[in-house]
Amino acid sequence: MAIFLTEDSKILVQGITGSEGTKHTIRMLGSHANIVAGVTPGKGGQTVTAEGRDIPVFGSCSDAVAATGADVSVVFVPPRFAKAAVVEAVDAGIPLVVVITEGIPVHDTASFYQYAADSGTTRIVGPNCPGLISPGKSNAGIIPGTITKAGRIGLVSKSGTLTYQMMYELRDLGFSSAVGIGGDPVIGTTHIDCLAAFEADPETDAIVMIGEIGGDAEERAAAYISEHVTKPVVGYVAGFTAPEGKTMGHAGAIVSGSSGTAQAKKEALEAVGVKVGKTPSETARLMREIITGTQA
Amino acid sequence: MDLYEYQAKDAFARHGVPTQSGEVVHTPAAAKAAAENIGGLVVVKAQVKTGGRGKAGGVKLAKDPQEAYDRAHDILGLDIKGHIVHQVLINPAADIAEEYYVSFLLDRANRTFLAMASKEGGMEIEQLAVERPEALAKVPVDALVGVDRAKAEEIVDAAGFDDSVREGVINVLIKLWDVFVKEDATLVEVNPLVKTPTGEVVALDGKVSLDDNAGFRHPEHEALVDFTETDPLELRAKEKDLNYVKLSGSVGVIGNGAGLVMSTLDVVAYAGEEFGGQKPANFLDIGGGASAEIMADGLEIILSDAEVKAVLVNVFGGITACDAVANGIVQALELLTAKGEAATLPLVVRLDGNNADLGRQILLDAANPLVELVDTMDGAARRVAELAAQGA
Repeated sequence: MAIFLTEDSKILVQGITGSEGTKHTIRMLGSHANIVAGVTPGKGGQTVTAEGRDIPVFGSCSDAVAATGADVSVVFVPPRFAKAAVVEAVDAGIPLVVVITEGIPVHDTASFYQYAADSGTTRIVGPNCPGLISPGKSNAGIIPGTITKAGRIGLVSKSGTLTYQMMYELRDLGFSSAVGIGGDPVIGTTHIDCLAAFEADPETDAIVMIGEIGGDAEERAAAYISEHVTKPVVGYVAGFTAPEGKTMGHAGAIVSGSSGTAQAKKEALEAVGVKVGKTPSETARLMREIITGTQA
Repeated sequence: MDLYEYQAKDAFARHGVPTQSGEVVHTPAAAKAAAENIGGLVVVKAQVKTGGRGKAGGVKLAKDPQEAYDRAHDILGLDIKGHIVHQVLINPAADIAEEYYVSFLLDRANRTFLAMASKEGGMEIEQLAVERPEALAKVPVDALVGVDRAKAEEIVDAAGFDDSVREGVINVLIKLWDVFVKEDATLVEVNPLVKTPTGEVVALDGKVSLDDNAGFRHPEHEALVDFTETDPLELRAKEKDLNYVKLSGSVGVIGNGAGLVMSTLDVVAYAGEEFGGQKPANFLDIGGGASAEIMADGLEIILSDAEVKAVLVNVFGGITACDAVANGIVQALELLTAKGEAATLPLVVRLDGNNADLGRQILLDAANPLVELVDTMDGAARRVAELAAQGA
């Protein structure tokens, strides 16, 4: 097992004929992803050849699902078309839709999130995220498959590069799954969703949780951990030096007044017994102590 | 992007929210002329993107044009929480019977929108929320349904508005929702919304935040940007499509990925504590590409910041290959030299991940005396803080 994404996942790529879509289709295929279809409106019937495989392109998600049984979609379409693409994936009944696209207006995200929630069938990961990887099993998104190996640590992070950094620092121990949930103000899958899934996953022994300034997702995750998570959790929060009122790269990474600060998040996590590293390296060391401790 | 009050009121007017018309002026003489045009009692309001203007002396009544001149003279140039007043809004002074509060905002936690309303407007809403939470109604708004008449009624009832203003507030809520959606706002707030002695409901103030991601469908929003308020380096960075935020420290930072760069700033600040309090000078995320041009553009901006004494390049090669980044650094330094702007500050580089060994070798081969390689992020932060302290 792993969370959300397994060796049985059948992936379709929305926007497969675009440059990003094609590039990352090749990369995903190189790291165990079973990509069964691509979707680009108006280009049904074409074929994309990648890593020696011919991947059929369909004009719509419903056609792709009917023909291939795809159960995961990875969305690479540009911001102005993203909402329509996600709605189409939800309508096709795809259970997991991973939205990589950065720069989607938040009104669009709020709409497609609500649409997916109302459908009751679709989980959205992202947007503005690197996607998720279950090393050695499958890869849905842009997380490089070569950084780490399969193991028993679960990772959930708002940040792509900090995900890579952490996977790299703990590459000898390996990960069950790593989920980049994205840095936008509205995201489909939260820290809490991932904590719950890792807690339930028999192949995960411990969890690294990476947060950053903005909103109160980390505080709510802390409350969840104290009630529901028995596995050890190590945390890291980025943005202690971020000034108030400035967006730091990610659309959601902003300290508003006194809320959303890194300090408040760190304190909330520590208050429920989560060890919080001062730097990514220290965080990795804290996790290493936990894992090697349990193995000893 | 946050709008000025006058821009928010313009948006209100475009979408039919009852508000006041006024004039924005930059000099006392123009304030006097505006007061003459409006006639009677006017209010002179500082236009700054922060709250608490009234307490800071930024909002004053004027009974005639000469007083409007004097009050504008007082207010222009005021420093309100670090914001210098460059312009004032001249509005007719309203007769106020009662003050209310209404807003729509993004509710991040619940991943939906939220309406807030209160019969007790005028005061800071954060204060009201803490002191008398029962006086502030909060009603979730479904993104797919929006605010129709039924939802507006629900909000009005939740806040307990009197029958005398019920229709007026419902009208404002429906029109204000139009502003929220059609302008792609993340916040629209009216505080105070007032009832006049004749029973009209009018927006006397306005706060609007627009979603920067929605710029592609609002080319008209470009005209609302106030470049006089933007840091000159941030302005130059924006022209080059760089994700840059100016801070006030001595260590220039370039990295890839928003999270890693934020983390780098923190690690530099921790390391800097040992070296006389060296702090990061900026946030700069060069993203996945890290081509020579982007690296050169980034370095150019950072090196033109007079406060910077040393630079840290912190890249984790995930999708990006470190050899490409290393070539980018080497070529960027050559580009700057060719442009007559040769770098003179030390450059600490930490490369890890994809092709890191190749990247390090490229930098070693280039043997630029300014460039120093450090293996770890923590070590690199320490070294750059040390160099910045030496350069200070």
